[in-house]
Amino acid sequence: MERFEYIAKRCVKAVFLIVLIALLNFLLIRMAPGDPAFVIAGESGSVDPLFMAQLRAEFKLDQPLWVQLWTYLKDVLQFDLGYSYRNKAEVIDLIVARLPATLLLTGTGFLLAIVGGVLLGAVAARTVGRWQDSTIGLICMTIYAMPLYWVGLALVLIFAGWLEWLPAFGIGSVQPLEGWDFIWDRITYLTLPALTLALHYIAVYARLTRSSMLEVQNQDFVKLARAKGLPPLRITTAHVLRNSLLPIVTFAGIQAGNLIGGSILVETVFAWPGIGRLALDSLLVRDYNTLLGVFFLCSVMTIVFNLIADVVYSIIDPRIDIQK
Amino acid sequence: MAQPSTHFAPYRYELEHEMNAPLTGHSRREFLMAAGTASALMALPPGAAYGQQRARTLNVVCHPEPAVVMLGLSQQAPTQLVGGKIYEGLLNYDFDLNPLPSLAKSWKVSPDGLTYEFKLQENAVWHDGKPFTSADVIFTTRDYLPKVHSRARNNFSNVEEWLAPDKHTVVFKMKRVFAPFLGAFQVGSAPMVPKHIYENTDFRANPANAAPVGTGPFKFKEWVRGSHIQLVRNEAYWAAGLPKIDEIIFKIIPDVAARTMALESGAVDIATSFDLELFDIPRLQSNKNLVRVDKGGEFFGRMGWLEINHRVKPLDDKRFRQALMYAIDREFIVKRIWFGVGKPAVGPFTSATKFHNAKARKYNLDLKKAEALLDEMGLKRGAGGKRVTLKLLQSPYGGPWARLAEYIKQALGRVGIEIVMESTDAGAFAQRVSNWDFELTFNILLQFGDPALGVSRSYVSSNIQKGIMFSNTMGYQNKRVDELFAEGSATVDEAARKKAYDEVQDILLDEVPVVWLIEMLEPTFHNRRVKDVITGSIGTYDSFNRVRLDT
Repeated sequence: MERFEYIAKRCVKAVFLIVLIALLNFLLIRMAPGDPAFVIAGESGSVDPLFMAQLRAEFKLDQPLWVQLWTYLKDVLQFDLGYSYRNKAEVIDLIVARLPATLLLTGTGFLLAIVGGVLLGAVAARTVGRWQDSTIGLICMTIYAMPLYWVGLALVLIFAGWLEWLPAFGIGSVQPLEGWDFIWDRITYLTLPALTLALHYIAVYARLTRSSMLEVQNQDFVKLARAKGLPPLRITTAHVLRNSLLPIVTFAGIQAGNLIGGSILVETVFAWPGIGRLALDSLLVRDYNTLLGVFFLCSVMTIVFNLIADVVYSIIDPRIDIQK
Repeated sequence: MAQPSTHFAPYRYELEHEMNAPLTGHSRREFLMAAGTASALMALPPGAAYGQQRARTLNVVCHPEPAVVMLGLSQQAPTQLVGGKIYEGLLNYDFDLNPLPSLAKSWKVSPDGLTYEFKLQENAVWHDGKPFTSADVIFTTRDYLPKVHSRARNNFSNVEEWLAPDKHTVVFKMKRVFAPFLGAFQVGSAPMVPKHIYENTDFRANPANAAPVGTGPFKFKEWVRGSHIQLVRNEAYWAAGLPKIDEIIFKIIPDVAARTMALESGAVDIATSFDLELFDIPRLQSNKNLVRVDKGGEFFGRMGWLEINHRVKPLDDKRFRQALMYAIDREFIVKRIWFGVGKPAVGPFTSATKFHNAKARKYNLDLKKAEALLDEMGLKRGAGGKRVTLKLLQSPYGGPWARLAEYIKQALGRVGIEIVMESTDAGAFAQRVSNWDFELTFNILLQFGDPALGVSRSYVSSNIQKGIMFSNTMGYQNKRVDELFAEGSATVDEAARKKAYDEVQDILLDEVPVVWLIEMLEPTFHNRRVKDVITGSIGTYDSFNRVRLDT
């Protein structure tokens, strides 16, 4: 019961926070020089005053700023993200069309990263000081030091350019496919970008897991388990790993909050039609409503995942009292 | 060489799969074959008359993603690339900018230049099956375009009366002589739109903007934002036997390295130099699978220049501007920064624009002359050899423009002009240039083939309009220039036009309102298997109705 009360309180706070963020987003975006009409003028090669006036009227930019702000906040509270005048589409439709692609990419990357990272970290911690540990350490440091987009390009060059095993970019074949063909097609397209995204985080999780496990490994309850004669694998998984999970959950919570907006580079390199690119493109062309919509979604995601992480803490480690 | 998917056009898969070793055993190979065949069948248009033949798919790079593909509402480059296949204009233009038939099969101009008569293609139909008639032409040029299209608004404001003697004849009666009128019917300048869909609607909010209906050789099928735009063959196209391919897929690839690789690997068939890094061009040229075509783009006549704000001292002094002309090496810019993709600009008219005077005054690199002019102005070298410090607002387009800015800083530094760089993005750039908030900057202007369509607007004083991009943002004023540009557009006598434009070029070359740098070319790179890609002066914005694929 206490847990539900806590969650309810956090939700109420979250609503205020989201409105505040929406307000800040709106003002920050408007502080950037240039407006959508100027961008379109720059792209058109030729404009006249009537064209500019028509655009500003269509985009509702001819109203005073505070009226625009009021309209926006009112709409947001009714979960109406507005209309993208540039794209001639509802913002929510634009986002919903892009969301599955991003979630597929970041979700796969997220899972790969956690599973791979924790596995590598656990092996490293078990073999600390030996060659396995040093090799894993070296690999992780190398991966961690390489920029994400560069890793992406290198993978494309190797697997799409030289070996021609996997497609270089895109989310799937344009030709309509069904059933297993469709799934296999999507997997081939997903592999490289998901791997690129995961590699960086694998290194982070591996290092977190290793250091956290080393700390736990020498505590009394582990010694006791060993003295009892439990098999080493069971000690590692049930006693050491479980008690080392807290920092990993913390970090996973942060990464989960970035599931929507955190893959701009990878989406760009792989021409992946996701939310990150929608945000970047919208920023460059000053598509205010779309950009605000993505920001709004990202802020909601961050708040929700932080909350989930806090609740998961208390499940993994009952000593933690979530109300404090 | 195995393709684990049918990402590339199915034809390629079927050609190659036999010689490929399977990746992971027999079952995988069978699976691949099944996938290839299935998709090839599905990609065929319903009721295809091609029997066993595979879909002939053309893949084209589209960058950046357009905002809309309705060509009447937007003249952005990617909109023209895609929209140019869906919509058509009355005319097209050859490489020397002579009109060619498109939706108009013939035309007549009266000797006094006041009456234009067009005969339309009789079997042209809209993609929804309704016939294309003179009523559509009148609606487009009288009611539709003047509401939404700045350039068309200006061009068609010269028309007094629109007449339709029959269903396939249109007559424009002019208010006054407007010499470049025959140049106003290119698909991007005046795309024909269906009257039955747009009449009495809010043009900008019409649902047909999302699923465009034109007369072109390709019909809109699908747009997956962020991924691709798919067009399919228009079976009812007015030209018999055309188009020669079944579908075009425009692939939206935001990263330049990915675009280059897509072209090299055959994943896309066509890209232009604007989609690529210029420093990759020598390598692409040596690729045996690719063909480089330099023609196409003459109609636009893109000119890149160093823009000067005449409201800022000492930029108001023509001696200073001449010194800039002398201090910058245009050959170097073309060779080293643009990798030969362009020509040095020698004056206000590009060499492809009508009435370009090749014999006019030339500025060559001459640092001594530049220094002498600056000395004469009294701008002596001070501490550290500096005469004056100016701000250069960088172009937001990156790539060669960033390198150009570095070169200009260095080149002008040699004659004692210190440059401070300001960086920006597209939105801020357009705002600052439009509002005259700059000292020096770069700009790209399109000349649209005729001085009266694309050149005069930058120099006539009536076009000094704050807040308007591509107006006379320099603030240059000269009465004689105003008069001469007016004379040049108000007569159909070619000799009289030439005389006026020769004099205007002499004056502008003396007063140097901007520092002309480069005539930008847009070479197209296409896969060897594609034929007849560039057939006219609008390059890849053309309808592609003749494009063929070798199979």
